[in-house]
Amino acid sequence: MKNIIIEKTIKLDCGKEISNFPLAYETYGNLNEKKDNAILIFHALTGDQYASGINPITKKDGWWNYAVGPGKSFDTDKFFVICANVIGGCMGSYGPGTIDPLTNKPIGTNFPVITINDMVNAQYNLLDYLKIEKLFAVAGGSMGGMQVLQFVSNFPNKAKVALPIACTASHSAQNIAFNELGRQAIMSDSNWKEGLYYEKSINPDKGLAVARMAAHITYLSKQGLQEKFGRNLQERSDLKFGFDADFQIESYLRYQGSVFVDRFDANSYLYITRAMDYFDLTKQYGGNLSKAFKDTKTKFFIISFTSDWLYPTSENKDIVIALNAIGADVGFVEIKTDKGHDSFLLEVPDFLNTIKNYLNTTYSKINEKRI
Amino acid sequence: MKKEFKVISKFIEEKSRVLDVGCGDGILMEYLLKNKVVDVRGLEISKEKVKKCLSKGLAVIEGDAENDLKQFPDLSFDFVILSQTLQAFMSPENVIENLLRVGKKVIVTIPNFGHWKVRLDLLLKGEMPVTKNLPYQWYNTPNLHMCTIQDFYNFCNNKRVNIYKSISLNGEKISNITTSNLKYKNLISELGIFLLEK
Repeated sequence: MKNIIIEKTIKLDCGKEISNFPLAYETYGNLNEKKDNAILIFHALTGDQYASGINPITKKDGWWNYAVGPGKSFDTDKFFVICANVIGGCMGSYGPGTIDPLTNKPIGTNFPVITINDMVNAQYNLLDYLKIEKLFAVAGGSMGGMQVLQFVSNFPNKAKVALPIACTASHSAQNIAFNELGRQAIMSDSNWKEGLYYEKSINPDKGLAVARMAAHITYLSKQGLQEKFGRNLQERSDLKFGFDADFQIESYLRYQGSVFVDRFDANSYLYITRAMDYFDLTKQYGGNLSKAFKDTKTKFFIISFTSDWLYPTSENKDIVIALNAIGADVGFVEIKTDKGHDSFLLEVPDFLNTIKNYLNTTYSKINEKRI
Repeated sequence: MKKEFKVISKFIEEKSRVLDVGCGDGILMEYLLKNKVVDVRGLEISKEKVKKCLSKGLAVIEGDAENDLKQFPDLSFDFVILSQTLQAFMSPENVIENLLRVGKKVIVTIPNFGHWKVRLDLLLKGEMPVTKNLPYQWYNTPNLHMCTIQDFYNFCNNKRVNIYKSISLNGEKISNITTSNLKYKNLISELGIFLLEK
């Protein structure tokens, strides 16, 4: 597992300072001689640094395998793709599961509450380490998109292109509500023990699984669910008049919950959802989102999905409007799909092809201009 | 490239900032970028066409002029182009007002409903005209507010909109429209191209 130790002190939004902490990352493809082909990808709530190929921990496809790889949207034959884990996460970066050298125990809920701003400030150090002066692009969906917005706001003109996908500049009440539901499920699991469950290795799996089940519903669309599952029964010909999983959708959600607990830490889930809830770039700039991108030279491409009700088109369009208000270079399309918020992770050809063509032509156009 | 686009691009000064409203596949945008304009943006209602534009790396946003022009600040473009779509809006009046608010200069092209073939269709056949520029039947046409070159002149007069230049397009033939030849040009032009200013 690749990681860097960030030695310098970072002041977090909560006021605490951190230093000498690990940040895990993965890279795909090669940095060219001119060092102008690097793309930094940010992952979503439950993602990690393993965007492409086989995830060595879970042995399953990387979370953005449809989009990242040779000949794909983010073509690793052409681009050097970097994907960093977030602080607060559980895949090798500084998080609640990290062992505190003073106590020799996991930090647990003594871990500071972090924000999207803290995450990108930590990830920025990776560019210094990899000696990348300027990124070709930053990209990400959902919470990854929020990091894109925060990154271009914090580090103006560090990236030539920005692709925030299916995200928002200000986490909505509905989204905070769903995150709170997930957190309450975890915290009401008796195994959670105020977050100090690591010692006996008995984790709040039930709570975390319920959190995942609830969240999973929000990632899909009603139509998508209906078409995939309808009222189909699970390996039975009739209702059993009990509370087992009679319906396929129940069985599917239970399965999603059960596999999730094997790869994700409950405390990380609490911290990362909190960071999403605290995200309000508009408020950070006194109610005027345009100010977050003042004087930007970055080329923006914003994408939303018709059936995404979690980060709906209207919220993505608010970002477009803020950028147009200051004359920024912005493209926007709403992709038609019934796959809900999850569309950005799935095989949606319109979405994948448009990104691929956009990146390839933009990269060659930028190079032409230089000559 | 279409003759119409050639006329439009002649109106546009070098290094200006341009918004192409209803930019379609982005053909005019690409031409402008290659030739003289540094900065060109597009607004397009069709998802398919927006995807094509974005695939070419063009700065195009999906949206429609009646709702989405609002987001552009006053006089934020040197030129705003509206090519052959004015007649399709619910309220062409509002759209023109918004175009003139956003752009220092506005280029509008209209398919001319005053063309003699159109007049003859209605006069002789007693049917709604179907022509090369207006290929739809009455029941499936997106064109809600057809007008003639004369109508557009009157509209601009009433609204105190300054018509800087007006060009008649008839097949491949390009000519100037003046107040003295207006009646005639209204009869023979397939397309009217206008450069407007508030």
